[in-house]
Amino acid sequence: MSGAQLDRADTRVRHDEGLSGALRAFVDRVRSGDLGMLPVFIGLLLITLVFSSLNPVFLAPNNLVNLLFDAAAIGLISLGVVCVLLLGEIDLSIGSMSGLSSALVGVLWVNSGLPMMLAILGAVLAGAAVGFVYGFLRNKFEMPSFVATLSGLLALLGLQLYLLGATGSINLPYTSPLVKFGQILIMPAWLSYLAAILPGALMVFSGLKTMKRRRDANLSSPGLSVLLVKAGVITVALIGCVAYLEQGRGVPYMFGVFTLFVVALDYALRRTQWGRSMFAVGGNAEAARRSGISVKKIRLSAFMLCSSLAALGGVFAASRLASASQQAGTGDVNLNAIAAAVIGGTSLFGGRGSAWSALLGIIVIQAISNGLTLLNLSSSLRYMITGGVLAIAVIVDSLARRSRASHGRA
Amino acid sequence: MEQGELILKLRGVSKQFGAVTALKDIELDVHAGEVVALVGDNGAGKSTLVKTLAGVHQPTSGTIEWCGTPVTLDSPGTALALGIATVFQDLALCENLDVVANLFLGHELNRWALDEVEMEVRAWTLLQELAARIPSVREPIASLSGGQRQTVAIARSLLLDPKIIMLDEPTAALGVAQTAEVLNLIERVRERGHGVILISHNMEDVRAVADRIVVLRLGQNNGVFTAETSHQELVAAITGASENSVSRRMARKQGEVA
Repeated sequence: MSGAQLDRADTRVRHDEGLSGALRAFVDRVRSGDLGMLPVFIGLLLITLVFSSLNPVFLAPNNLVNLLFDAAAIGLISLGVVCVLLLGEIDLSIGSMSGLSSALVGVLWVNSGLPMMLAILGAVLAGAAVGFVYGFLRNKFEMPSFVATLSGLLALLGLQLYLLGATGSINLPYTSPLVKFGQILIMPAWLSYLAAILPGALMVFSGLKTMKRRRDANLSSPGLSVLLVKAGVITVALIGCVAYLEQGRGVPYMFGVFTLFVVALDYALRRTQWGRSMFAVGGNAEAARRSGISVKKIRLSAFMLCSSLAALGGVFAASRLASASQQAGTGDVNLNAIAAAVIGGTSLFGGRGSAWSALLGIIVIQAISNGLTLLNLSSSLRYMITGGVLAIAVIVDSLARRSRASHGRA
Repeated sequence: MEQGELILKLRGVSKQFGAVTALKDIELDVHAGEVVALVGDNGAGKSTLVKTLAGVHQPTSGTIEWCGTPVTLDSPGTALALGIATVFQDLALCENLDVVANLFLGHELNRWALDEVEMEVRAWTLLQELAARIPSVREPIASLSGGQRQTVAIARSLLLDPKIIMLDEPTAALGVAQTAEVLNLIERVRERGHGVILISHNMEDVRAVADRIVVLRLGQNNGVFTAETSHQELVAAITGASENSVSRRMARKQGEVA
């Protein structure tokens, strides 16, 4: 090779090579406060230990399958929350939006006889419209999203109650595909295993391609061993999870669809100009504006995406409960969705986060709620404990932020 | 000294803010491969002039010629499209993003599948051309020093290959070594054939790199000097008086020597 590699010319920097190097870099990152997903994994481990020792049913395959069924709806809502949190904004009306959307599906599909898919599309479009209003208020009147969505919370709830009318709830037909989707549809075993193998395979494939390009461009590249070990660990872990779930009913379609959304958003955030702009606006809106990014459009897109995903989450929730009721979207839905995103590692302060935080966070939340239900504890205690966990997550976020600042990592 | 092509020519540029005349009959020439320093006291009109050239303010009267043709700079976008890049004092970098992301912000390669490898190669190439010492382009901006951030901001403005770059107080917040680094960088930018407009309060820095020093005073031209001009003369031009503490001390010193 001719001369030093482009990115290895500076001798002041320690370059970590190979597996041990990757490990050392990881430890350095964590020490400086760049925790990433680490707190979630530790939390999940603790939760599992505590609940499975209190009640062994917690770890039974079918209980975990149920947990995944329950996680998908709020997980989708939480995915939207990640988008607004990345900008340093918030949406407090997601619960009401999901309730309104389930009411819309009930009214349009069951009461008015519209085709099911059309009703769902209508609900999602209504979500997009609500998000547009929030974005417009934020852009045009500089109205803090906190206030705009707080008033939205009340207004949308009112609309939901109005739509449902005097009866207060609409039952969805039990034999319909929507209810089956929410209650019994399970992915065939081959599909689950395929889905478990695919990420690792894709990682190796794209990793090799990038490595070759970097070598051709005279840039350093992380070693082959690191790539293979990472892909291997992920594949083994995923196959292990699927094999365990297959001992019960298997992986719910609902959860598979949710994961697909997570993967899509993850790609959009990390590998497209839109995603880069999202992080830029969340980090320094003025800098983004001067770089020619349309901050207003980015904000609009985030609010619309958030409300649309909340609406779709509402449809999922309705299909899970087989009804659209006045209670849909009330109670702890709002808090759980926001808590999931924060617990998963998306910062409340904007500019940091990932789509995966919604998935991991909602599993933590659902695991707590599921475990407490198994212990026959009342919802009063459940609320208190979930609130406590959220507080801890925010404290971890704040401490990590301070540590990053003192280690010069923003 | 041989001069490059005349890029920017201002004649009789004035700017009124209500009753206040911020700029009056300003003349300014910038050639390719030349560093023009713009100096003056607070309120001399430097910032107004910079903002006029950046397209933020529109002049009340006067003409701006770009490569021989009169132009109107009616928005920051127009100025940028013509080839006038501005590095403002606050740099406007996203601290949570890495160097590559900041350099290409808003101009990413391949918008639906970002070409990270190509962007990184171009980033390194540009930084090496500027002999900039950035340890890693994959670290977030937050981990860089003030001088390195200034370097990234200047490199970013060069990415669109402007003809002129304006630097607003690039060394104001920097230490000795970092200031030297940025001044080196300015020389390299000049060698690449860009015209540089340097706004600074620091006479040492100005005399170290500037080919010409344009003094503004109370919104008007107050002489054009070269790097050989004495400190005293410059201060006199800036403050409008030859009798001030700097000149008095200088006189005392000369008296002691003699």
